[in-house]
Amino acid sequence: MYTSIARDKTVRILFAISSLFLSNFSLGQAEKEASADGIKKNQIVIKDFHFTPETLTVKSGDKITWINRDEEPHTVVSVEKQFKKSSALDTDQEFTITAAAPGTYTYFCSVHPKMTGTIVVEEP
Amino acid sequence: MSDYISHDHEHDGIDRRGFLQCMAWAGTGLLWTISGGVLVSKTLAQIAQAGDSLPTATDLSFLQISDSHIGFSKEANKDVTATFRIALDRINAMPTPPSFLIHTGDISQLSKPEEFDTFDEVLKSCRTKDVFYVPGEHDVLDGSGKLYRERYLKSVEGKGSGWYSFNKNGVHFIGLVNVLNLQAGGLGQLGDEQLEWLEADVKDLGSSTPIVVFAHIPLWAVYPQWGWGTSDSERALGYLKRFGSVTVLNGHIHQVLQKVEGNVTFHTAMSTAFPQPAPGTAPSPGPMKVPAEKLRSMLGLTSVRYLQGKSSLAVVDSNLS
Repeated sequence: MYTSIARDKTVRILFAISSLFLSNFSLGQAEKEASADGIKKNQIVIKDFHFTPETLTVKSGDKITWINRDEEPHTVVSVEKQFKKSSALDTDQEFTITAAAPGTYTYFCSVHPKMTGTIVVEEP
Repeated sequence: MSDYISHDHEHDGIDRRGFLQCMAWAGTGLLWTISGGVLVSKTLAQIAQAGDSLPTATDLSFLQISDSHIGFSKEANKDVTATFRIALDRINAMPTPPSFLIHTGDISQLSKPEEFDTFDEVLKSCRTKDVFYVPGEHDVLDGSGKLYRERYLKSVEGKGSGWYSFNKNGVHFIGLVNVLNLQAGGLGQLGDEQLEWLEADVKDLGSSTPIVVFAHIPLWAVYPQWGWGTSDSERALGYLKRFGSVTVLNGHIHQVLQKVEGNVTFHTAMSTAFPQPAPGTAPSPGPMKVPAEKLRSMLGLTSVRYLQGKSSLAVVDSNLS
């Protein structure tokens, strides 16, 4: 790319140092949040154009919730149209479905189709 | 000021002067000029500075803007309407307005009617009234693109999900849609119906007709890992192989990248809203946050000079200072 910021070595080093501080800071933040809230059951976080966890195993009848933590809108769409699709989820918006019959369900983001995930539904 | 690279020590297409020039710019636009089948692009600032750089009356000039993302208000740019307005101001400041604009998609952030309303309202200030659109994925979040088509295809004969072609001054323009009916795990997609239409659309054209193709997602594999490509673009380009001059204009990736392949020149435009990272340089292709004073430099432009029959680009990097 031609529009990179740093073309000067000093700037690059400063940038590297500040990135280091930033990453330490955000790690600390993440730890704090995790210990406060814990990881929600059957929640799939959409972050950095990925569904996490990529494969979620639940019991039939469980509720599954996706939450978008990106600044980009994402959707949740069943590949085989086996469950209702979400509308476009903006930042921090959630989408919930109830797991139906046991089986394996693949889904993707219809806006960014590279993003795919799997739900495995087991007998309750 | 020259927009040619004079000191490119790191072979990365930017020199110190070019970088500093970039910093003076916010909002982007490219002016394309076709003169005797030769397609040349200039930055708006170049034209404003030179005053006399516009083509003569018999030439054709048009302007590409892209990725306005009206409605976006996050850290990467809290006022995308303002930077869009600046881009229009630059167009209005040109001594002779371009014949028309091409918007290569992502007019809106979330396909909301009020976002389209804001875009349309701000666009009224532009002296150039003819605008040709292709949708970005952000414009068709309803899944069908119905709202987009109702608003932005009024002046053309849109086929299928909204593709079309038109002729201007002997140049054949083709607007393609590659953001609908995307398949899990895949990239941008044109689909069989559109490809069949394209084949028929160019069938009777003479091979010397200059072709300009525009679509939102790049029609070449910029970075498939991030979805920056179109799965069936090869087939589309196959129909255009026999033409002596093909220029492909895309948006989507919010940065200028160029490639020449035979008679085809590929070019991606900057956004008027926010930058995105260079391929593979970040965990994801999401909006890139830069310090406020740097935003303008990240919205800079690269100009292209394409000479018919040449296999390489004459100018790669420029800016809009």
